[in-house]
Amino acid sequence: MSDTKVLSPLKAMVWKIEVEIGQAVDEHDDLVILESMKTEIPVQAPAGGIIAEILVKEGDSVEEEQPIAILRSAP
Amino acid sequence: MNARSTLFRKVLVANRGEIACRIIRTCRRLGLPTVAVCSEADIGSLHAQSADEAVVIGGPRATDSYLNIASVIDAAVATGADAIHPGYGFLSENAAFAEACASTGITFIGPGVEALRAMSYKGAARQIARGCGVPILPGYDGPAEDDTILAAEAARIGFPLLIKAVAGGGGKGMRRVDASAQFTRSLAAVRREATSSFGDDRVLLERFVVDPRHIEVQILSDGQGRTLHLFERDCSIQRKHQKVIEETPAPGMTADMRRAMAGAAIRLAEHVGYRGAGTVEFVVDASDGLRQDRFYFLEMNTRLQVEHPVTEMVTGLDIVEWQLRIAAGEALPFVQDDIACSGHAIEARLCAEDPSRMFLPSPGLLQIFKLGSSNREIRIESGMRAGDTVTPYYDSLLAKVVVRGADRAAAITALAQRLSEMEVSGIKSNLALLRRILGHQAFADGQVDTKFIERHADVLLGPSA
Repeated sequence: MSDTKVLSPLKAMVWKIEVEIGQAVDEHDDLVILESMKTEIPVQAPAGGIIAEILVKEGDSVEEEQPIAILRSAP
Repeated sequence: MNARSTLFRKVLVANRGEIACRIIRTCRRLGLPTVAVCSEADIGSLHAQSADEAVVIGGPRATDSYLNIASVIDAAVATGADAIHPGYGFLSENAAFAEACASTGITFIGPGVEALRAMSYKGAARQIARGCGVPILPGYDGPAEDDTILAAEAARIGFPLLIKAVAGGGGKGMRRVDASAQFTRSLAAVRREATSSFGDDRVLLERFVVDPRHIEVQILSDGQGRTLHLFERDCSIQRKHQKVIEETPAPGMTADMRRAMAGAAIRLAEHVGYRGAGTVEFVVDASDGLRQDRFYFLEMNTRLQVEHPVTEMVTGLDIVEWQLRIAAGEALPFVQDDIACSGHAIEARLCAEDPSRMFLPSPGLLQIFKLGSSNREIRIESGMRAGDTVTPYYDSLLAKVVVRGADRAAAITALAQRLSEMEVSGIKSNLALLRRILGHQAFADGQVDTKFIERHADVLLGPSA
């Protein structure tokens, strides 16, 4: 098993969290929808796996490169 | 001229950024005292410092400040403002806000609540437009939902067409159909999506215009029987449905086409009893040149538009001044023939975004922000300065650069020149994209449509040289 930190691509606000801890996701599934400058920015799973941790909550502000979730995938 | 205007006692500007600065400028010229409102994120910003007074109305998020009706009204009452200019976006097309102003005895600088409401629902606006002879896209929005009847209607409308969920929005519940063989399957798919997303599986059909142009007509109505047009604006150069370049006159515009489009816009405005400045937007199928039977009503914006300065540059009129005068009860003192279009104006929107990463917003510190100054033929409209921070809370517009030239070629040359001198650093911007559009042969040739940026993406969106 390997853990991948999913990072925010920019300074933004967390608008919606689309997944739950323990949920299985496929590559490119939306995990979190960020909002910045009136634009919705989906953050997608870089690979298939299980959501091990969600590090933000809806309404939070996040910085660029800030980890927002941890994805556990089979090696 | 009196130093102090009799139009209003004091005007509160319920907006931020470049448009707040621009409205305050006209108020000042007219001798009107101004109140700015700002969020906690905008304390010390240019717009807040430009007004005679500033009131902090809430937290950084727009819902806590610029969209908070009670906070804005409270600020007006506390400062003794008797009129509110809403600018664009935020509360500018919010009927509840217009009503709250009225019930507090404050003049909302915009149309009456009924006209505002009539134009705010797209389906209803389409029916009103049809009712007064404004062309709408061929389609079917009748009561029948039977598959066989819809298929027959689809054949009548022709392909490609769009199947749209009547309750849809935000790009959901919409599907393009290119041939009759796909129709039944696509209809079922839209119904499934509409049921799960909106709990309503009704659909309408509308012809799909491939690579249309977007041309809009600026109107001005005094609500006392006089409605005039201030010519058109071509806003075809877009990215992700956001306008990037706007100009007037529209390339290739003919006197007949303009008469038809402006006539339709005025008819609609008069039909809904419109008062103030407004814009009627049309989709134009220009696959065969600009033809009077190929433009279709899209929507009416019941407010000042971002791109209004191009119209001001060629007409010499100050649209904000006329919004204020009309709201104060003045009648328009000029007629259609008094308004001339002199030269050609183009606006470029400078935005905090990264075109090479699918226009990802780019908040951060503006380290260098050199736009040059305004003069008679160039207007720089911005609410930002070097050293300011672009926050994630609001839109990405950094500045508008608007030029006027004797003709289109001269305007392109002047705008390209100014863009080449500008410097932005600290954040990503679309400055290189703007330069490349202005330098593109297809743009020089007036070959503009809403697909322009996508079609020329290899040249326009590559990494900076």
